[in-house]
Amino acid sequence: MKYTLIDHTADIGLNVFGKDPTELFSTAARALFDIMIDASRVRATQSLILRVEGLDWSDLMVNWLREILYLWSGSDLLVHAANIREIGPQGLVADIIVDPFDPFRHSVTTEIKAVTYHQIEVKQQLAGWEAKIILDV
Amino acid sequence: MKLRQIDQFHWEVPISGKMRVPGIIYATATMLEDSQLSEPIKQVVNVATLPGIVKASLAMPDMHWGYGFPIGGVAAFDWDTGIISPGGVGYDINCGVRLAATALVEAQVQPLLASLVNALYQNIPSGVGSKGPLKLSIKEEKRVLKEGSRWAVRQGFGEEEDISHTEDNGCLPGADPELVSSRALERGRKQLGTLGSGNHFLEVGVVDKIFDPPVAEVFGLFEGQITVMLHCGSRGFGYQVCDDFLASMTKHAHKIGIELPDRQLACASIQSNLGQRYRGAMACAANYAWANRQILLHRVRDVFQHVFGMGPRDLGMRLVYDVCHNIAKKEEHVVDGKKQIVCVHRKGATRSFAPGHPALDDTYRRVGQPVIIPGDMGTASYVLVGTDVAMQETFGSTCHGAGRVLSRKAAKKASKGRSIQRELEDKGILVRWTGRGTLAEEMPDAYKNITEVVNVVHGAGISRKVAKLRPIGVIKG
Repeated sequence: MKYTLIDHTADIGLNVFGKDPTELFSTAARALFDIMIDASRVRATQSLILRVEGLDWSDLMVNWLREILYLWSGSDLLVHAANIREIGPQGLVADIIVDPFDPFRHSVTTEIKAVTYHQIEVKQQLAGWEAKIILDV
Repeated sequence: MKLRQIDQFHWEVPISGKMRVPGIIYATATMLEDSQLSEPIKQVVNVATLPGIVKASLAMPDMHWGYGFPIGGVAAFDWDTGIISPGGVGYDINCGVRLAATALVEAQVQPLLASLVNALYQNIPSGVGSKGPLKLSIKEEKRVLKEGSRWAVRQGFGEEEDISHTEDNGCLPGADPELVSSRALERGRKQLGTLGSGNHFLEVGVVDKIFDPPVAEVFGLFEGQITVMLHCGSRGFGYQVCDDFLASMTKHAHKIGIELPDRQLACASIQSNLGQRYRGAMACAANYAWANRQILLHRVRDVFQHVFGMGPRDLGMRLVYDVCHNIAKKEEHVVDGKKQIVCVHRKGATRSFAPGHPALDDTYRRVGQPVIIPGDMGTASYVLVGTDVAMQETFGSTCHGAGRVLSRKAAKKASKGRSIQRELEDKGILVRWTGRGTLAEEMPDAYKNITEVVNVVHGAGISRKVAKLRPIGVIKG
């Protein structure tokens, strides 16, 4: 999982890398949960399908991570893996492997409260794909 | 960015590029030496470009970088031609502070302080994703969204006077629960009556100093008195409302071909269907937050009565005031000598209405609105009062708190090898917290000096110092 944290006064920023959009989006989803909890304790318990739309790659990234985060904030589910089935700049379909939150097994260290549009960037570089995302914590 | 100094506390960002109005920043020369302020000043400029902005894009001395709009920002937009923006309100809609005063003095509380702080910690649900004891049906939740504090008092959580001492009587008009997504309803259902995590807190304090005795008397404050301050907002409900409307306004801007300097500035014309829908949904979140703080205050009253073995009359816990510092409201102000209806966005800024304002209840109309300014957990908090200068200069607004200076990561690093709990205890402050990282992230060094911030708004005259509070017990989420 290739990502780094960017230091920001009130929040957390993420730089995510991938060889293609599939890897980039999948890594971004897992990075979100890697920040929140000890990801090694999240098991593959259930799976579900997500379909997300966007205006462009950046908007798609924000909308995707919003959906991923809502699994936690709305349904108490933790993400174990996100396998992208189809992806383009205006939409994606993914299989999400999740684990219901169990307070005896999981402990949330940093709660991510929202995925923002602030300074959002998703671009193709010479070496691969890269995204910058600022999270509200 | 070149700033022009107007006087000791006022700085102008002159109109340039696409700015429709100038920026006005409240700060001292020393504060502005901080290189981190270049980002929020850029945001002041971005806000100044938005349609319908009136007079100036304002920033308070506690300003720091936010999403789209700076935190500590105030901007008013013409009601007919202006815009409304979820980013100008913030994620935590009606995040705010309430201060309650008691009949207790410090000497009565000190011997039982540890029991009090422990009991508060056990009885006030706090921390990540904290859930309350109230599980609302969707039907009941919609009543909360429409009625705010009134709903809570009707359920037995508090007293009639609590309502008149809450900004807007704890209910923003125009709340329409049908405009709120099922996701927001679902998130809100489980969290009513909880403090949450991050910078939210409950603080037991002592009135340390009175600056303005006649006003302090009207507010019911005296030196040595025990107070309780609550800082929290609309929890996951408000976040979801903000997020939902940021998404739909971004889509809308794209559709009508508006290029935004920053997508987080997404907005809609106040009079448009989307603008009206956001107003109705935002009002729901504002009311949720007021009901939330009202329920929490009631629980605090119960805990105090239990710990001190007192009835409500002897405890005398009265709500001094409840202010919101993340909101957009329809207000009438005088601009260039003429009355104008505007939508005032206060994002990390507090209303500071002058004496005589019709929005204040009979008790406070004589002296002005109480303004509650929390500091960091190791220093002090202030009670200020609203002024005529605020009405003339800032659409009746002032600062909201200390404002961060260290990132969470930097704070954690700075706290390495230190026990923040011990340091606070050495200063006479007992602290209980839930989140593993919370205490380090929220340590006093992470924030600006609250006294410097308050001295600017006092010096500029947009609110006046009434009392200083010193913390003795803190519960963090």
